[in-house]
Amino acid sequence: MKQQKRKRGSVQEEQALRHRWDVSLNALATSVPYIAYLGIDFDRRGDELTAILPFQEKLIGNPFLPAIHGGVTAAFLEVTAVMTLSRHYLWERLESGELDLDRLDQGEVPRLPKTIDFTVDYLRSGLPRDAYARARISRAGRRYASVHVEAWQDDHTRLFAQATGHFLMPQKRD
Amino acid sequence: MDKVNIARQFIQAIPHARDLGLELITLEDGVSVISMPYDEKLVGNPATGVIHGGAVSALMDTCSGAAVMCHPTGPAGTATIDLRIDYMRSAKPGDTITATATCYHMTRSVAFVRVTAVDSDTDNPVATATGAFTVEGGQ
Repeated sequence: MKQQKRKRGSVQEEQALRHRWDVSLNALATSVPYIAYLGIDFDRRGDELTAILPFQEKLIGNPFLPAIHGGVTAAFLEVTAVMTLSRHYLWERLESGELDLDRLDQGEVPRLPKTIDFTVDYLRSGLPRDAYARARISRAGRRYASVHVEAWQDDHTRLFAQATGHFLMPQKRD
Repeated sequence: MDKVNIARQFIQAIPHARDLGLELITLEDGVSVISMPYDEKLVGNPATGVIHGGAVSALMDTCSGAAVMCHPTGPAGTATIDLRIDYMRSAKPGDTITATATCYHMTRSVAFVRVTAVDSDTDNPVATATGAFTVEGGQ
């Protein structure tokens, strides 16, 4: 069945849709137990998504420094990359009429991009305080996508980790 | 102190490893085996119950670091320089995931590690990774 492209609403309707979209996507993220376990939160300004990792004792990997666990850093970067890519992908589905926000709000988990590989560079140790990350989609193809993501703490110009990942996009089932 | 106790203390000293419930099985001559029991809090897809790739990364990173620490040259400390993870398939919900890391080459400054993670289907890895690690003094 061919879906109808979403019809644009009035200025108010478009603004309301964007608010609802944010609420729906946030609900989708918080429904993931592992994202909740790490305590990752998201902040959106326009099309820019910032992921926040509030510091917690249980995230420590080296108790002597102390420093955030490298695995936590990798997971934080990956969650940020997948979330950024998913928002981009799902928004396109919403515009094309393939994604139904009602069904998303009822808890139906849409098919999301899958990580193929993920390479993390550890630039300096993650200090015991809040961390932030933003991802940039380098290429979003029909089947594959490439995403770059950077993380920092106090100073945005002093990254403590960066990563590049490749993702398999959900394929239409025929 | 016997090897089992050293292994247990290694995990107990790392808050995040303790929190993930990691269990150290082998720690000898640059080879480390660590398992991570299935836990609902680590689920990445609530619809399927599959563990999040990030948790598997944390397991493999810990296991790799452990392999460096138990290398015969006896480094005093280590930190990850980079880690490339390949995700082959979803882990079976409910299964314990076991990682095996080998520190296959060591210079004065850098340790090279390969690691594989499996679930109950041990012939088909869930994920593999390769990493470079720092080598801190103490030789």
